[in-house]
Order: sequence, then structure tokens, then C-alpha cells
Amino acid sequence: MAIGVASGLQDKPWTDPSARPYVRIEGLSKSFGDVAAVTGVDLDIFRGEFFALLGASGCGKTTLLRMLAGFEEPSSGKIYIDGVDMAGIPPHRRPVNMMFQSYALFPHMTVAQNVAFGLQQERLPRREVADRVRQMLDLVQIGGLARRKPDQLSGGQRQRVALARSLAKRPKLVLLDEPLGALDRKLREQTQFELVNIQEKLETTFVVVTHDQEEAMTMASRICVMNAGMVEQVGTPHEIYEYPISRFVADFIGDANLFDGVVDATGTGSTRISSADVGDIVVEGGGAAAGAPVTVMVRPEKIQVLAPEAPDPGFNTGEGIVREIAYLGGMSVYHLELPSGKRIQLARANLMHTAETPIGWDDRVRFHWHPANGVPLLA
Amino acid sequence: MTGRKPWFALSLLVLGYLFLYSPIVSLVVYSFNESRLVTVWSGFSTRWYGALLQNHQLLGAAWLSVRVALMTATLSVVIGTLSAFALVRFGSFRGRTLFAGMTMAPLVMPDVITGLSLLLLFVAMEGVLGWPAGRGMTTIVIAHATFATAYVTVVVQSRLSQLDLSLEEAALDLGAPPWKVVAVITIPLIWPAMLAGWLLAFTLSFDDLVVASFTSGPGATTLPMEVFSSVRLGISPQINALATVFIVAVTAMVVLANQLTFRRRG
Repeated sequence: MAIGVASGLQDKPWTDPSARPYVRIEGLSKSFGDVAAVTGVDLDIFRGEFFALLGASGCGKTTLLRMLAGFEEPSSGKIYIDGVDMAGIPPHRRPVNMMFQSYALFPHMTVAQNVAFGLQQERLPRREVADRVRQMLDLVQIGGLARRKPDQLSGGQRQRVALARSLAKRPKLVLLDEPLGALDRKLREQTQFELVNIQEKLETTFVVVTHDQEEAMTMASRICVMNAGMVEQVGTPHEIYEYPISRFVADFIGDANLFDGVVDATGTGSTRISSADVGDIVVEGGGAAAGAPVTVMVRPEKIQVLAPEAPDPGFNTGEGIVREIAYLGGMSVYHLELPSGKRIQLARANLMHTAETPIGWDDRVRFHWHPANGVPLLA
Repeated sequence: MTGRKPWFALSLLVLGYLFLYSPIVSLVVYSFNESRLVTVWSGFSTRWYGALLQNHQLLGAAWLSVRVALMTATLSVVIGTLSAFALVRFGSFRGRTLFAGMTMAPLVMPDVITGLSLLLLFVAMEGVLGWPAGRGMTTIVIAHATFATAYVTVVVQSRLSQLDLSLEEAALDLGAPPWKVVAVITIPLIWPAMLAGWLLAFTLSFDDLVVASFTSGPGATTLPMEVFSSVRLGISPQINALATVFIVAVTAMVVLANQLTFRRRG
């Protein structure tokens, strides 16, 4: 295992079976009346992680976060933080601080008083509180606003106060509910990196709830994709994007072309799948039983447009007619209609001002992709 | 529209204010009247203010009314705030609709019925429990608090339901125990509503005649009762003088309260 030199924290603790998780969630469920919000969630979160709970609204991610903070009592299952069972421990006795989606700044207190609130509950000496407040405000770069009231701040400034307040007690675990949700796009992108830098500097464990997959991909060490109260997949952004384990994850993260087919033959190290859309598809890996239904997922940028004369041997190939072109500046997305009528997407980086082989509407285009880039999905 | 006929809107405003305030202004003016007759102006004088200071019956009634109103307002704010919490924070508990209805019922209950039913209750209670012994200040305060509480509940409830719950959760999350969250977050944030409720309850109690008449006993005559009975025997300008004193006091209180709120905001 690689040990991070600067941080003293393990680099990828989730790959080490002997590593002790900082937060352990076992079989956690929560229902409100007849409605199940969270069902059977098992998760291990390690010290120093930037862990993202990602899902559409209503998928249970916020309920899960609120159970960690102690605002909701689990219907069943256990939460351990640093080895301690959290059952029955009220929010004000948990070693956890939360940053609320609405920021929840106390309107009758100044910025400094807001940040100092948690420290005062620990009965720290006044001088130390003042020092710590100054440090925190400097950390989030709003040192000059200490005497303002929340209603005299912009949205971005309030977000920083809320962050400073949740970090002031130096908790080992910080929970952030849509921390950047209320910011406009430009500010959100800047703040993403800042948040990661702060998290790395403080060596704190962050658990972030977000519905924005780009945000999760940019910031998180690992992402937990949730759907209908259940965990779909947990992995690094790279794993989640390149090797989704279900149609839901493939569809939810980025764009995906999905080819339905049936396992035709299983060889060593590769499997042939017959599909109505593009004929035979070869994917890497084996083990599936012949005749089993399977879906092959290929990302749009993994499919290359091919000069008509030279298909690469061993690649999966197909042909289609360009129906839509979306020019996005840095890249263009082409929607191709296959002979079967299915539409697929294909992305191409615009490397030169003028493309060498421009593609137009209604052009007949041949394409191919490497077998390693097709991901078989069984669910 | 508004720009074309400014005189029309302005004259409506003046008429409205005249309708509302000319009786009060005439009351104040006639308190400085020399004459014994309230309707005839015979010269400026402060003699009725002097006479008021000698009128122990009237001053005693005013002092009783002030004490009743103070106690009523305080009691109503305590009970009304608690019931507002129950209505806003306890979710849809069993019997919530009934509870809400019964809390609000005194708002629409005729004073005569409130007064009579409380009188019967107090008489019955005295017979069975021996308390309250006779009618007097205690029974008036209890009776006033029954309807003033409803007003406080309404005022505090609307403020409380607008309060972002995550503010209290944030305070809990930062390590404040629940009692402290109420003391340093919730109460300071609903304080304006509680103050407004207190002032409302004070006013309601202070000018109530009907309920007080039913629930008071010998030796406990509130100011409205005193004024009402003296009017029947012919009104004295002393009452004008007393009213003027109260108008000045109330105006000063409102101005002061405004000043305090604005200073805190700045």
C-alpha cells in the first residue's frame, strides 16, 4: 500500500482489507411511515476521504446524511463512527459537524458569532475562540466580513461562512448537504477545487451529498451512486465512469450507448455477444453463460469514426447515418442512426480549427471501438 | 391612475385619518377644558389633571387594570407560546385538529358567553375546591388569559412556522444541548412575535369590560368598569385626562419599542 508522504494518510485505504474504516454503516434502513427512504445500505468510509453520495432527488442520500448527523433515527441497522456505535447518541454529542443546504446561518448573529458558536459550546477560553474564528475565516478567505450579519452577505459569502462554521470545531467528520448547490456555475467550479484543497489541508473526512455528477467526479475520492434508497455502486470516479455495474449507473453518470444482446460464445479472456444493432460485439473478460441476456455499454468518446477503407482487425465495427450534430466547442457530439433504427452517440474532440474530415448531416459513417472499451452489464 | 389625480387619493387619506383620529384628538383637547361640561369649551386649564390625582377610586381602578393586564399578558405569552410550539412542532399528533380548534375558539367566542361560563365555573370551583375564594383580580386574570392566549398562539404560531428548522438543527449539530438551542436560537428568533403577542394581550385585557364585569367581585373594579359606570352618572373630564395620560404612555412605549428594534438591526 502506498502511504501518502505529505498527509500521513493512507492513499487508497478501501483497497486494503485490513484498513479500519472511520465510518461503518451496516444494513442501514429508514422508512417514514410506509415509505422506505433508505434500504439496506452498507458502506465503509475511511479517514481523510472525500466521499460523495450521488443520486437524483428523493434517492435517500440526504436521509442517509441526516442519520449520520443524528437528526434521523435509523429504522434498522447500525452506524459506527470511529468504532463507536451511534445508536441513541443525540446530534449534539456526535463528533460530527454538518453544513446545511440552506446554510442555516443564525440570522441574529454576526459572521464571527456564527463561527464561534460551536467553539463556545466547548467552553473554550474567549481568546482561543477568537483566534480559531480568525483562522477559519482566513481559511475560507472572508476575514474582512467578521462583523457582518448573514443578510448583508452574498450567496457565495454565506456558503463560506457555513463552511467555516462546520469546520471550526475541527471535527473528524464533516457532512455537507449540497454544499455548492446554491451557487452559480462559474463560482461553483472555482469552489469545487477550493473545497478539495481545504479538505486535504485539514485531513478531515468529508461526506458530501450532491445530485451533480460533475461535482462528484471533480471532488470525490470515491462516489456512492444511490437509487431508490439503495446503493447502486461504490467506487472511484474512474471506476464509476469506466466500469459501471448497472444500466442505472451507466446512464446516470455521463452519456452511454447501450447495446442489448445475448451471449453467443465465451472464450478465454473475451466474450462474443450477438446484438441486433451492430452484429457481433466482442468484449474483454469471460465467464458468462451462453444464451444469457447482456447489455454492452460504450461511452460516446470511446467510439471512433473510421475511414471507410481501413477497419482495425479485432475492433467492433458498425455503420450509421448522422442525424444530429451538437457542436460544443471543445468537442462535437454526433447522433447516428443505425440500420436497426437505434440511435447512438459518438463524441469527437475538435482538435483543429478545421477538422481534417468534416462530418455533415446525413453522412454515412463507419465507426469502431476497441473490445476493452465495451462494458458488459448484466443488470 | 395614481399619478393623474393625486388630490383624490390624498383627500381619501385625510378623510380616513380624520375618521380614525378626530375623536381621540377631541378627547385630548377637552381634557384641557376649563368647563365641567365635556362638550362646551370655556378655556384652557389643567385642573382635571389635578383632580385626577385626588381621585383615588379612578386611580385605583387604573392601577388594578394595569396589574391585571401585565399578568394577563405574561401568562398568555407563556401558555400561547407553548401551544404554538405544540401546533407547529409536534407534527400531526392525535387530536391535533381538536386541539387547534379549541385553542382558537376563544377568538370567535362572544365575550358574554366567555364571561358567563367562567363565572359559573369559578362559583362551582369555589364550592367544590374552595379556590378561588371569591372573585377578584385572580379570576379576572384567569378569564382574560383564556381569550388572550388564543391571540398570542396565532401570532407566535405564524412566526414559528416560518422559522427554518435547520437553524435549530445547526445549533444542535454544533454541540448545543436542546434547552440551550431554545434559549439562544429559537427564542431570540421568535422574540418579536412574542413581544407583539404580549402587547396584544395587554391591550385586550386592559380595555375589556364584559368579561371583567362577569368575573370580578366586590372591591375589584377595573378601569373600563369604573369608566362605564361613571359615564352613566354623567361623564367627568377627569376621564379625558386619564385617557390622555394613557395615550401618551402607549405612544411612548411604541416609539421606544420601534427604536429598540431598529437599533438591534443596524
